[in-house]
Amino acid sequence: MTDFGFHLSKSSQLDLSRVDRERLNRLYELEPGARICMTCGSCGATCMAAPYSGMSVRKMLLHIERGLDVKPLLSKCMLCGKCTMVCPRGINTRNLILNVCKLYD
Amino acid sequence: MIDRIPSGFHPFVIPFLAGMSFVFLYCILGVVKIIYELSWAERRKLFLSLINPKYIYKNLRDIFLDCLIHVKLWKRNKLLGYMHSSIAFGWFMLIVLGHLEVFLFVPGRINLFYYPIFFNYFVAEDAVTLRGSLLFFLMDFFLVIVLSGIILAMIKRISSRLFGMRRTTRPSVMNNIGLYALWAIFPLRWLAESFTAHISGGSFLTVPANYLFREFLGNDLNMLPTWWAYSIALGVFMFVLPFSRYMHIPAEMLLIPMRNAGLKIRSARKGFARVQVLSCPNCGVCIDACPMTVNRGNVKDCTVYLTRQIRRNNERRIDEISDKCLMCGKCEALCQVGVEGPNLRLMQRATRSYRISPDFRDIDTEPMIAAAQGSKVLYFAGCMSRLTPVIPESVLSVMKKAGVDCTWMDRDDALCCGRPLFTAGRIEEAKQLVAKNEEIIIRSGADTLLVSCPICYKMFLENYHLPGIRVVNYIPYMYDLVKQGRLTLRKSDVCYVYHDPCELGRGCGIYDEPRKLLGRAAAIAEADKNKVESICCGGSLGSLSLNFQQRERMTKAALDNLYTSRADAIATACPLCKATFARYSDRPVHDMAEIIDART
Repeated sequence: MTDFGFHLSKSSQLDLSRVDRERLNRLYELEPGARICMTCGSCGATCMAAPYSGMSVRKMLLHIERGLDVKPLLSKCMLCGKCTMVCPRGINTRNLILNVCKLYD
Repeated sequence: MIDRIPSGFHPFVIPFLAGMSFVFLYCILGVVKIIYELSWAERRKLFLSLINPKYIYKNLRDIFLDCLIHVKLWKRNKLLGYMHSSIAFGWFMLIVLGHLEVFLFVPGRINLFYYPIFFNYFVAEDAVTLRGSLLFFLMDFFLVIVLSGIILAMIKRISSRLFGMRRTTRPSVMNNIGLYALWAIFPLRWLAESFTAHISGGSFLTVPANYLFREFLGNDLNMLPTWWAYSIALGVFMFVLPFSRYMHIPAEMLLIPMRNAGLKIRSARKGFARVQVLSCPNCGVCIDACPMTVNRGNVKDCTVYLTRQIRRNNERRIDEISDKCLMCGKCEALCQVGVEGPNLRLMQRATRSYRISPDFRDIDTEPMIAAAQGSKVLYFAGCMSRLTPVIPESVLSVMKKAGVDCTWMDRDDALCCGRPLFTAGRIEEAKQLVAKNEEIIIRSGADTLLVSCPICYKMFLENYHLPGIRVVNYIPYMYDLVKQGRLTLRKSDVCYVYHDPCELGRGCGIYDEPRKLLGRAAAIAEADKNKVESICCGGSLGSLSLNFQQRERMTKAALDNLYTSRADAIATACPLCKATFARYSDRPVHDMAEIIDART
């Protein structure tokens, strides 16, 4: 069949039952900065991994809070720390990323 | 020769004998354990160096100069140098001369290894009958030297500020017991030798004391108790030694040959790392050195406390200390023993397990290789330069002016050099990035890799294998261009203070070229702490857990240090330092490339 480039979007319905509150609270404990993110997207704008995996700390946090899989996002993070430098809220994003890598799979 | 005790033994030597045997046994078992923990290649390296005359000479010289004379400490602080070398070298000479006395006067007793220590108790002849007044004089002379060192040590304990140390380590219980035993040994030795000086001779220190005591006391009843006390003090010190900071005395004698043999820390606790940890003398020089201890914060996160917690196996604190460090390397640079604090932390970080690991192997490098081809000089700006785009722009502009054909490798899509992952302990993941970048650089056809970020530069130098390609930092490269006359600099009347970035200065040893280059473009002032003592800007990627507020304090402290120079502007050679300083500085912060670009 000829592919005209049109297709049905996948469902974007969130399954909030998949949010692991216990794990999320543990993350907040390990990096309190995770709570103060205002999703401005500065992190994504500077991210070195964004071209490869669409990574941004903002998206990563939203994924976690929505019970989505963060592994593909993090698969190209080089921990370069530019997101930390530009974060207007002063979040230690590298610590956040490392702790997400420890807690989530 | 008259022996006072025909059997050559008295029960008071038992505490010393027991302590000494314990230390010997402990150290021998320790050495066996450490050698067993080394890898086969490391063991081979160490043993080969131990039979190589060049290394034997170097080891002996280093042990003599570092452990006994404390040359490095003398260079840094004369008073502390005198204090340490008087005790170490003085004690060493007392032991050597004691053996010499036994060897010359009672050669039959040389096999009793307590005899040289308690010589004056066992002998009933004096300096005149033995014709050994020079030896007796030397014994008293070195005892005075040691006693002067002990007095200084006591003063230092009361006020370390007098010795130029603002903060010092809080001693643990074992360290205190060892310390008081050490302080007691030499005054007791002086008392003991004084009480017996009319029987077994003495010199300028012990003979007058003997007259004085006998005049006042009128009997010899104090003789034996003081010899007992002297022996007990020695025994206590020996028993405490393996569990206190005094373990650094034997450990450093193993550390020096291992370091000279070229061993590296490859594990968090075992082998060479264990020797490093045991060699820490807990002096606390790293506390004043550490940029994190500004405003009395984070004192317990300095290297001295890391080694202490590693010895106590306090895993929670070891992890905390390891994660916090900025890895600026100042503690290691100023450490008199050379304890590699940052590497110990790095290896601790490498032991972490993560459930998510990045994988870079499927990234397509072909477009990057195509973009990197075209000229002999390949320029790598580094990720951080994207936040300070003026740096790559200026570097390329300077290269254009000098007529250097140069391709910008990471203009569009690029990969990180791997150092941030590496310092976070994710060494295997960093190696994947290294492999990708190696492929891009080698296939680009360039013969020179020009790097303007010192963080990347250190990574390229130490962790990349780039055969036939010269890796060069932009500062020496530009300085060469200036020397060759390809760049002409007009000198401005702005006065700059140059901030040594950790990775470029302590990391790669580049201190002079930036100053020489800057000197041709502007006036230079020096900050209070500079070069090897330069203070980290606080933005370092080395630290994993320091938060924004803590870093802010460090940046401001580092700026205060730069302000002491009264310069008009700050020059640096690292995009991270520039971005961090620019946030709080009340005067302009320029990268070296900007300054050179503006003055050509």
